[in-house]
Amino acid sequence: MNFQEKLLDSFIAFEQDVDLLNPIHSDRKEALKRFEKQGFPSKKDESWKYTSLKSIIQKDYSLSSKPNKSVELRDVKEYFLNDLDSFKIVFIDGVYSPFLSKTTHDGMDICVLSAALSKAKYNSTIKNYFNRIVPKNESLASLNTSYTKEGAYIYIPDGVCPEDPIQIMHFSTGNQKSIWLQPRNLIIADKNAKVEIIERHQSLKEHSVVTNSLTEIYAEKNAFIDYYKIQNDLDSSTLIDNTFISQERDSNVSVHTFSFGGKLIRNNLNFYHKGKNIQSTLKGITILESNQHVDHNTLVNHAQPNCESHQDYKGIFSDRSVGVFNGKIMVDKIAQKTNAFQKNNNILIDNKAKVNSKPQLEIFADDVKCSHGCTIGQLDKEALFYLKTRGIPEKEAKALLTYAFANNILESVKIPNLKKRINSLIANKLGVSLGFDL
Amino acid sequence: MDKFINMLEINNLHCKIEGKPILKGINLKINKGEIHAIMGPNGSGKSTLANVISGHEDYEITKGNIYFKGQEINELSPEDRAHEGVFLSFQYPVEIPGVTVTNFIKTAINESRKAKGIDEMPSSEMLKKIRAKASLLEIDSNFLSRSLNQGFSGGEKKRNEIFQMAMMEPELAVLDETDSGLDIDALKIVANGVIKCSHEDNSVIVITHYQRLLDYIVPDFVHIVMDGRVVKSGDKDLAKKIEEVGYDWLKKEKS
Repeated sequence: MNFQEKLLDSFIAFEQDVDLLNPIHSDRKEALKRFEKQGFPSKKDESWKYTSLKSIIQKDYSLSSKPNKSVELRDVKEYFLNDLDSFKIVFIDGVYSPFLSKTTHDGMDICVLSAALSKAKYNSTIKNYFNRIVPKNESLASLNTSYTKEGAYIYIPDGVCPEDPIQIMHFSTGNQKSIWLQPRNLIIADKNAKVEIIERHQSLKEHSVVTNSLTEIYAEKNAFIDYYKIQNDLDSSTLIDNTFISQERDSNVSVHTFSFGGKLIRNNLNFYHKGKNIQSTLKGITILESNQHVDHNTLVNHAQPNCESHQDYKGIFSDRSVGVFNGKIMVDKIAQKTNAFQKNNNILIDNKAKVNSKPQLEIFADDVKCSHGCTIGQLDKEALFYLKTRGIPEKEAKALLTYAFANNILESVKIPNLKKRINSLIANKLGVSLGFDL
Repeated sequence: MDKFINMLEINNLHCKIEGKPILKGINLKINKGEIHAIMGPNGSGKSTLANVISGHEDYEITKGNIYFKGQEINELSPEDRAHEGVFLSFQYPVEIPGVTVTNFIKTAINESRKAKGIDEMPSSEMLKKIRAKASLLEIDSNFLSRSLNQGFSGGEKKRNEIFQMAMMEPELAVLDETDSGLDIDALKIVANGVIKCSHEDNSVIVITHYQRLLDYIVPDFVHIVMDGRVVKSGDKDLAKKIEEVGYDWLKKEKS
């Protein structure tokens, strides 16, 4: 039995564990039917041309985890922003860990999806938001929906602005040799709410883990959401991140994606505009080495007038690493006065590194400002010479220039501690101390 | 070798870039404590000479030698030359967003110390030094926390180059057109900074098109470079003559 068949067959066993009377169960069943029809994406699909899942889905994975109590705070402490006394939603091998988490129902809901699904008071919210913006034609999204069970649930009510960022952490322990995880997150910022969220997936030791994560994010009128994804996992892990964002008028959502490690990462990041005067920001720094592979697949659908989107992805590729950027901007006919900008700049450090960059603009309105541009190049030799004449050795000089290249992305990180953390991850990744306090 | 007198000695230096010969037999001798000016028309090889002294890897030395403090340095990397005490002030300094002037100079100084096996400079000492050298060049503290050369005016870039020189205290400073694009006030500040840093144990090479910088940094010797060779050497009056009559007479003299 191949893994796809296993996923289809295991659904019956999965049904033993969930409430079949919950209205969302029909979403699950329909999604499974779609996945059965669609199967895993292959290189024949235009948007998967440069990223192959073949070797990953040829293997077998466990679909559920053994109960595990062995993870202590000290094992995972380094992955948190410790100096932040923030809310945390922590999962160990896909299972919620109340012990490591800090949640609340006081004035807002920061908890888990299984709780929201099981309690009547959340029924209407679930009905209004769950699975509303997930594209039906994406098989991995369908697969995630069919196995919906657990994940983060965040609801920030009208006008509420939690002071600290919320951290969503997914750890995999390696207690099983190989595991397939499918967290399902639902995040809603109601009118005038403001929230910052940090998400991270982390293996605690080398083992084969595939995470097919799906996050729905809703920004109601005038809501502000800053979302940060830290992707710095071990080389034995694969992450497929599906993030779908719906924005109402005057809302402002930014997503920063920092991809520094992992065997394969695929980010499907879609923005859907539902009102006027919306701002969407998509930024990313990708720094890869060895055989790492990261694929950013973005969509901004401008479907309303007077909205703005800014995309800026920087990539630095060493060894035989591969980067893919596939950025699509769609401007509907009614979306006049749209401002949509997209940039993708890449540096290839080694001859064997590779980048496929494919900007796509589909514009049906006639009064818009749209631009896109991509560059693929090497570090500037004159700049390198300049640094060396200041006594800075080649390796450090390259690191400094790389850091400078990626720096403008960091400028928009609004959480100082996170900025510091990202800075030190970059320095680590570049294998140098940059010689000053970041 | 601790009792050297020759700071820099260049013998019959030939070099080419991308197969094209640029320097065709440069001879130059600079003693400790001396200031030398190098002048010449555009494309004569002045900036190439500066780059070759600093070890730019695109230039291939095909003949001749460069000695620094008595040691041949033809094959030494730019960073090793910097550690030995060579400094190049760039005509077009590079912008480095995200790295402040202060952090950059700290990195430069500590990397050089590391190469020599000296501990990092203590922060308090570093700060004191930065303050002293900044005031020498009339640089205010806001400037020090800006990203290196990013959005700097021409004058600010050059002042920053000389600030770095003052911080690194090289034994040989090569100033490549440090005066170009400067108004007279900025020129005075920059020149004054150079003068204050120069003493009997270090040497300066000033590469310039114009005599006016040499009114402030008065050279001991002036060399005219044309077509990759030093065609004439003299004292400061030679620079004045060039300013008045140009280079044509030298071409005639040569032929």
